[in-house]
Amino acid sequence: MYETAIGMEVHLELCTRSKVFCGCSTNYGGAPNSQACPVCLGLPGSLPVLNKRAVEFAIKASLALNCEVAPETKFDRKNYFYPDLVKGYQISQYDKPIGRNGYIEFEVEGVTRRVGIRRVHLEEDTGKSFHDVAAERTYLDFNRSGVPLIEIVTEPDIRSSAEAKSYLEALREIMEYIEVSDCRIEEGSMRCEANISIRPTGSSDYGILNEIKNIGSLRGVQRALEYEIKRQTELVSSGGIVLRQTRRWNESELKTEVMRTKEEAHDYRYFPEPDLVQLVIDNSWLNKCRSEIPELPRARRERYVRELGITPYDAEELVADRALAQYFEGVARLGTEPKLAANWLLSDLRRELNQASLAIEQVKLREAGFSELMVLVSSGAIGSKTAKDILGELVHSGVSPAAYVKEKGLAQLSDTSEIEKFVEQAIADSPKIVADYRVGKERALTALVGVVMKLSRGKAKPELVNDLLTQKLNKGRL
Amino acid sequence: MKIYELNASEIHKGLRHKDFSAREVAQAHLYRIEQTDKDLKAFVTVTTEQALRAADAVDAKMSRGEELHPLSGIPVAVKDNMCTTGVKTTCSSKMLESFVPPYTATVVNKLEQAGAVVLGKTNLDEFAMGSSTENSAFFTTRNPYDLERVPGGSSGGSAVAVAAGQAVIALGSDTGGSIRQPAAFCGIVGVKPTYSLVSRYGLVAFASSLDQVGPFARTVSDAAWALEALAGHDPLDSTSVPNAPVDWSQPLDKGIRGLKVGVPREYFADGMEPAVVKSVREAIKVFECLGAEISEISLPHTSYALPTYYIIAPAEASSNLARFDGVRYGFRAEGATNQEELISLSRSQGFGPEVKRRIMLGTYALSNGYYDAYYGKAQKVRSLIKQDFDNAFSQVDIILSPTSPTTAFKVGARVNDPLSMYMADLCTFAVNLAGIPALSLNCGFVEGLPVGLQLMGKAFSEMMLLQAAFAYEQTVKLPQLPVFKGGLPNV
Repeated sequence: MYETAIGMEVHLELCTRSKVFCGCSTNYGGAPNSQACPVCLGLPGSLPVLNKRAVEFAIKASLALNCEVAPETKFDRKNYFYPDLVKGYQISQYDKPIGRNGYIEFEVEGVTRRVGIRRVHLEEDTGKSFHDVAAERTYLDFNRSGVPLIEIVTEPDIRSSAEAKSYLEALREIMEYIEVSDCRIEEGSMRCEANISIRPTGSSDYGILNEIKNIGSLRGVQRALEYEIKRQTELVSSGGIVLRQTRRWNESELKTEVMRTKEEAHDYRYFPEPDLVQLVIDNSWLNKCRSEIPELPRARRERYVRELGITPYDAEELVADRALAQYFEGVARLGTEPKLAANWLLSDLRRELNQASLAIEQVKLREAGFSELMVLVSSGAIGSKTAKDILGELVHSGVSPAAYVKEKGLAQLSDTSEIEKFVEQAIADSPKIVADYRVGKERALTALVGVVMKLSRGKAKPELVNDLLTQKLNKGRL
Repeated sequence: MKIYELNASEIHKGLRHKDFSAREVAQAHLYRIEQTDKDLKAFVTVTTEQALRAADAVDAKMSRGEELHPLSGIPVAVKDNMCTTGVKTTCSSKMLESFVPPYTATVVNKLEQAGAVVLGKTNLDEFAMGSSTENSAFFTTRNPYDLERVPGGSSGGSAVAVAAGQAVIALGSDTGGSIRQPAAFCGIVGVKPTYSLVSRYGLVAFASSLDQVGPFARTVSDAAWALEALAGHDPLDSTSVPNAPVDWSQPLDKGIRGLKVGVPREYFADGMEPAVVKSVREAIKVFECLGAEISEISLPHTSYALPTYYIIAPAEASSNLARFDGVRYGFRAEGATNQEELISLSRSQGFGPEVKRRIMLGTYALSNGYYDAYYGKAQKVRSLIKQDFDNAFSQVDIILSPTSPTTAFKVGARVNDPLSMYMADLCTFAVNLAGIPALSLNCGFVEGLPVGLQLMGKAFSEMMLLQAAFAYEQTVKLPQLPVFKGGLPNV
């Protein structure tokens, strides 16, 4: 039997406004080479100037992954030739990454897994080549050149392809949550590579490692790893040896193929970048970054279940949308029963948002208003049907729910004598239904409630209507 | 006296007294270039039109009665490894023969802001790698004192332009002696500032941790004006220092009474031409007569400076020059069938032999398995060399030495012997490795060829070096312009 050891290397584009070593915009999708200056084109004589915000994003990512943050760090040059690499080297970090020795925890099939984070470092992105095969031409776009990246490298702690996928989902959730990257695999802002080896179960040494590149989706990660586990296991089982290789995932043929052998491996000739000075991260800067990190999704979910009594499913749903969770917390903080608030947010409010294509941040009904609406419902001042009916209006207008209910006269009728009048009229107006009821058709009662509600224009409190009708109808029977 | 013989302060005075206009000054120098550059070959590009436009702007400013900066209307030359918008910046390499940058180096910007008139771009050893300008891909610049001899390098074109009266001030860059050594060979003043004092933005990098831009001038006073204009923090260069502790308001003629001068015995050892040593010793006597306290000192790691330099500089260069790959700009080889070939052919054909030699050296020094033995060790020795200077400057204020072991050598004499060529910078490497300032000024002649005296100081002691040089210059009063050999006209 063999077990698998997988380490992941993930590159994330940071969502800073400007590039890591110059002032050019990082916007995605601009006309080719419209966001390129002498620095990110690597023109002779140009020099890099470090973007402080990019460093902060890397620090925040490191902290969110429980890493130690280096008090002093530096940048290094990684030298290799490629047409889309403008300087012939990439400014990266070699032996002093910003973050190291961290971990991430996530659930796989209900079991908590912890995967070590070896390092988090900051570097610059390269340009992009487009090969026009028919015309035998290659085009280069340098808009992406110099966009800040962090590379996150795990320990070889991942044991299956499913775990690898869960790791990536958990990582993406955290990075989106702390707003350092939008983690879009399709747009290339999240790129995954895997190092994979197999070893006899129980062995403490790792097997020969293969690096898998060119994986373009989460599903691709899982498939590529499954393929590779199978390939290596079959190879070893049949007496073969795994060679150290870099392999490319072929998405259309669903297999990995050799890209480089060990002998062809690059010698990157790393050395300290002399154009940048040492980077000192002192405690006050570290604390500033720490203060910008919100409660992370996993902790938040657990707290919702444990302290607020939310179901695990609802907690998952709320936390998945950071802005919605924020809103929810605001509502709960104002004293609204959390479960009630969660129900309303996840069903009714979310439906209104979807219909109007609004983000929660754009809604005019803020936390205080929503909380007021919940008080109206739970106190019985308005019926839940009324609340649902007016929600759409409130979301757009932002008026106080209490004021709106008062102005429109929508308050629920709970005055028994008032309701009695409607009940009597309903009985008088509906002899056939009453007769049905009398012969034992229980559904007739529901119909009568409907008549009363109609007469009261929806304001009568349904429970009271029910009680009064039963009383009146049964009285006649005696 | 002819206009081209005037120094910057004399031109400044002449402009203010309306003895001549800035246009006339520019024209006089452009004419001088026309007359002499067939023989000297100092310039790669002469920007006549831009120069006259800049001069006219100065004249217009003057006619509006505006105050003139001391550099306004002063003709300057710029080493062709500093970027100039719309003007070719070749680094004297086939690789960049037709490269026109879309931006201007901070140092050139600063001179232009001050009203200086840029006459053109000067020849250098390809990518500033060399000590004679013989490594230029275009032509060899000649020494105005003897056209059979080299002007030194790599900033040979700039040194000659100033020495021969083609320009009043010129910019050079100094990585291992490339300002001081040609200044010595051409009998003028050349300053290598403290690393970080002057912006490197727009200077095509050779070895980033060693490169500094500095001025050439025929007088110490002109060099001081130029240096003050060049110095200062540049937000575009992360290694430029924000508040350099240099007090530019100090007078140059402060005198050197009581100045503690160290004479390092390692700089007067074997390999130095006796006549050069003799000239320098005489200069030291002048310092003593002026009231300086002379003492012998030791900089024990001096002999390691050359090997240390020839690991660090090529290592950085191998990376800095990787961007010249024929893909985006510059020279592209014909006939490549794939991108790897495109890059390797372009580099094989675009770079000259010395540049290739250094790229090979540097690539090797950084290779996997050799890094610790070479680059890592060189960095350690570099700090020992720094320490030598720290120790020395706890005892003395400045250090005097020859700038180069010899006077200008004959064209072709060392081209086939790289090591003997490297020796020409023997006295200048350590200063770059330590990041300290130094200047070279003329201290006499041997067989009609100038000898350079090097003054070294601790970081940001530029004013002290200039004051010491000024005291010497004012006492000795050596001629500033050469009497040309080989029929060069003194028009």
